[in-house]
Formats: sequence, C-alpha cells, structure tokens
Amino acid sequence: MIGLMVRQAGPMVTVQDLGRRGLQHAGVSGSGPMDAPSFRIANALVANAKGDAALEFAGTGGTFEVSRPVRFAVTGGAVGIRIDDKAVRPWESHDLFPGSTLVIGGLRNAVWGYLAVSGGIDTPPVLGSRATHLRSGLGGHRGRRLQAGDSLPLGDAVSSPHLCLCTPWRSAQRFIHVVPGPQDDYFDTQAWAIFLGQPFTVSAMRDRMAQMLDGPVLRSRRGHDIVSDGTAAGSIQVPGSGRPIVLMAERQTTGGYPKIATVASVDFPRLAQTPSGRDIRFRRVSRERAEDLLIAEKLALGDALANLAEKSAILDASGDHPQ
Amino acid sequence: MEAEAVTFPRIVACGDSALSVELSDRIDEALNDRVIALAETLTTDPLPGVEEVVPTYRSLMVVYDPSIIRGAVLTHELGKRLRGLEPSDVTARRFTIPVVYGGQAGLDLEELAAMKGFTPARLVELHSAAEYRVYMIGFAPGFAYLGGLPDILHTPRLATPRQRVEAGSIGIGGKQASINSVAGPSGWRFIGRTPLRLFDPDRAEPFLLRAGDRVRFRPVGQEEAAEIDGAVAAGRMIMEPA
Repeated sequence: MIGLMVRQAGPMVTVQDLGRRGLQHAGVSGSGPMDAPSFRIANALVANAKGDAALEFAGTGGTFEVSRPVRFAVTGGAVGIRIDDKAVRPWESHDLFPGSTLVIGGLRNAVWGYLAVSGGIDTPPVLGSRATHLRSGLGGHRGRRLQAGDSLPLGDAVSSPHLCLCTPWRSAQRFIHVVPGPQDDYFDTQAWAIFLGQPFTVSAMRDRMAQMLDGPVLRSRRGHDIVSDGTAAGSIQVPGSGRPIVLMAERQTTGGYPKIATVASVDFPRLAQTPSGRDIRFRRVSRERAEDLLIAEKLALGDALANLAEKSAILDASGDHPQ
Repeated sequence: MEAEAVTFPRIVACGDSALSVELSDRIDEALNDRVIALAETLTTDPLPGVEEVVPTYRSLMVVYDPSIIRGAVLTHELGKRLRGLEPSDVTARRFTIPVVYGGQAGLDLEELAAMKGFTPARLVELHSAAEYRVYMIGFAPGFAYLGGLPDILHTPRLATPRQRVEAGSIGIGGKQASINSVAGPSGWRFIGRTPLRLFDPDRAEPFLLRAGDRVRFRPVGQEEAAEIDGAVAAGRMIMEPA
C-alpha cells in the first residue's frame, strides 16, 4: 500500500513521531521532532493523533505526490507551498489529490518544517517509535533521510473540517532561557559573566544531534573532561575548544564534557528554529521558573490545538474567498 | 582559582525535565552498584512522573515530567530513597563474549603489543583473563563501557579518530574497555571483534548487555567465529548469561 511518493526531497527530510521513550538507559536517545509544538500543530490540523508520524524537513521541503486523496498541513515557519500552480499557506490544512503535485519550498526565518498528512506516515515502528534516528539508522523510512523515489505508506485518515491556526504559535523573544548545571560549578564567575553577558552566534554546524555556537570562548576551571554522565535534551556542553555545543533531539545519551547549563524546554524549539548566523543571548532562570514556563506552555499548546479554527468560517469573516 | 570542595551525594538540575543524582565525580565499582540499585528501585517501585532513569558510572539521570512531579519534590523523594538504599539483591549476570583477536577488526593489536613490549598473544592472554564490569550503556544504542581493564593495558586514545569502526569491535580507550554496538567513528584502539550483536532492533531483546553485568572475553578462531556469524545472521544466536 503506497500513499505518499517523494519526487524530490530537500537535504534533510526524515520521518518523525514524538520520539522513543524509556530507552536512554540502553543508549537510545528519543530522537523525534526538533520543534515538537510545530509538529503537534501539523498533526492536529489534519486531525491526526498526536503520536502519528509526519515528515520533518530542514530548510527545504521537496516535491510530493499521493496515490489517494489526503489532507495535509505544513508548519514550522513561513514557507512557499504550491499545489500544482496554486499557492497555499502554511499553518492550515489543504486537500491533495492523486495527479496533483505538492511543492514545499524553503523556510524563511525558521530551520525545521513539518509536513503532516492525514492518516499519518505508517512506516513500521522500531523500538516503539517511527522516529528516524539517523546516526544509528533506526526507524522512519529504512533509518535514513528521504530521497527521490521513496514511497511511504499512510495510515487511515479521520475526516474533519479544514482547519487553520489563526494566531502564530510562537512570538519573537530576545533570550534563550537556561537552567544552570549540571556542571555549572566547573565555570567561575568570569566564565558565567561571558556566558550570560555576551551574544553567541548560531553556527551553520548543526544537525539533529547537536548545535554548535560561535562566539566567546568558555573556560572551565576544572578541565573539560568529566567522568561521563547522562545528557538531557538542551544540555550545553563545553569541550576543550571552549566552544559550546547544545545537544539536540538525536544527541548521544551520555557525554564526557562539562555542561554549564541546560536550555529550558520551552526554548529548545526556539533555539532549534533560529537561523544560522543569528545571534542569541542566554538568560539564567531557576529550575522552578523553567518548570513553570513548561507547564504553562503545555496548557497553551493544548488550548491552541483544541481551538483550531474551521477555515471556511475564518475566510468568510475576513471577506476572503474560500480556496 | 581554587574550586570549592563538592560534597557527594548531591542532586543537581539538568534543566527543567531531568536531574542527576551524583554519588561521586570518580569511577568506583561500589558507587556504580548504588547507582544501579537506585535505578532498580525506580523501576520496581516507580514514582509518578518519572519517565526514564539513566544509570552512568557515578550518577543516575532521572527524566521527569514537571507537570506531574516538580523537580524539588522529586529531589526530596530521591534523597529519601538514597538514604534508605539497600544493596541490590539482583545477582549480576555474567556473559562470556567470543572474540576474534587481531585481523581486520583488530587493527591496533600488534602496535599496542609492541608499545607495551610484549607479544600479541600475551596481550590477548591479559585481555581475556580479566573480568569486566559493564559500568554503563551509553553514547549509542547498546554501547557497553567496561571497567576492569588490567592496568598494563591502559592506553591513551588515538590522536586522530578513525572515521568508521565496525559494530562488535573490541576497544581500549584510556582506562576503559568497550564493546562497540554500532558502526561509527572512534578514537579508541581496537584489538578484535565479537560476532555477537550487542544491539539488534529486530530481536525480541534488542540489547544484550545492561549496566551491572559482568563480562569475560573468550578468544575464538576464525572457524568458530564464522559459525557464530552464521547463527547471528540467521537470528539464532541469542546469548544467555552463564
């Protein structure tokens, strides 16, 4: 059973779901989307379950066709989308019929995009998840990024009205919040002043595993080797070069560099979505504050997903023509 | 600047959804036992909101959902568990791992023996006489970090890592030994390979080893290795602890 055909693929298109759970003790990190809220919104727009698999792309999407009528939605950022010759918008659902071609161009002001298709991508789960883990070749479509000629099975779709996210999910924010530790005491007040006081540039050296940062050098006062310990998502490790590396969705599960701080969960997707070359600044928050932010965001996302607008009503109210 | 003394155990934040119960900043067998025992209590008697436990050499990372349990409460609960922690009553599993020393996968065997001033055969003898402890599974799926490497075999890592080392490679990196579970780049030195698969996602039990297991290596010849290779490829070779 074939559902979604890849005619052309951007440089990094993978099948993802919410990720593997409970296997970090066995060396398997969760993988899953770099920007989980955008991923969840894409699935919700086509009435998929939250754990259904969708495609994640870095930069450019690709060209796709289907062998049965589907509903699809693209999220993550501003991006040009065409169905044959007709331009359509991200953050809302559209129909795609056999014989038509869907082209997803390059993201503007974002890095990771999502294409959800009604029914979800139905590749076989590996270790309980469809998420692609590229480094170990697990999950998704044969454990690898997609390429032209790939065909992906789709699950059964649930019918629903056309939906749209009317208010942008994420607003601009100056800071990436960080919680100190687990090895914050490896860094003296001078290193901390640099870390919090100076901007870092999001490097183009980045993938699903790690994000390198350019900028001032951070020196540990107790060396840059520790006896390896666990690495949480968003850990900011500082190797001997003094150049921080943020560990992302497909990180190694343990590591031997001191970790000065950990990116707050709410700002993890924000960092992932910051285009290369852009400056960021870190702001220190307590664990309690970061937990508060995460709990509030979880509620806000639940609200946003529960209150997706029916597209026709919105378009009518705005005087626009239904597409 | 002089670093102030750190007292252990301590429980530190790893962001807003994980924390680390640190028992030490060194490698120590007895402390690793406590790490594993603490992980076991969280598996057999789970705390609501705890999603994952990751035992490492000297600390336990605990992943939690702060909308179910706050970090401060979890810290308190883990402190209580740590104070009342009994030694694990689970007997360590013991595995004997067949190894083909030298050859294609044991690129560094001869050089390493020459560095140490003895024959490759003597190196194999030393390496396979020791009992190793799986301190942790980490880095990559099923990758086993082993302690118990005889002092005389401690060797610094390569200055330039190799781009690709095959799964099953038997390595030495500093004071540690490894069995590599997946192919990938590595700066460790490799002296052989096991035909066993430490990680096979298609197997009912995908991971051969876990933290706390004991491992010995048994030298095997090419012929026996080929037989095991065949059985592994056919999905028959399921290693039982012995």
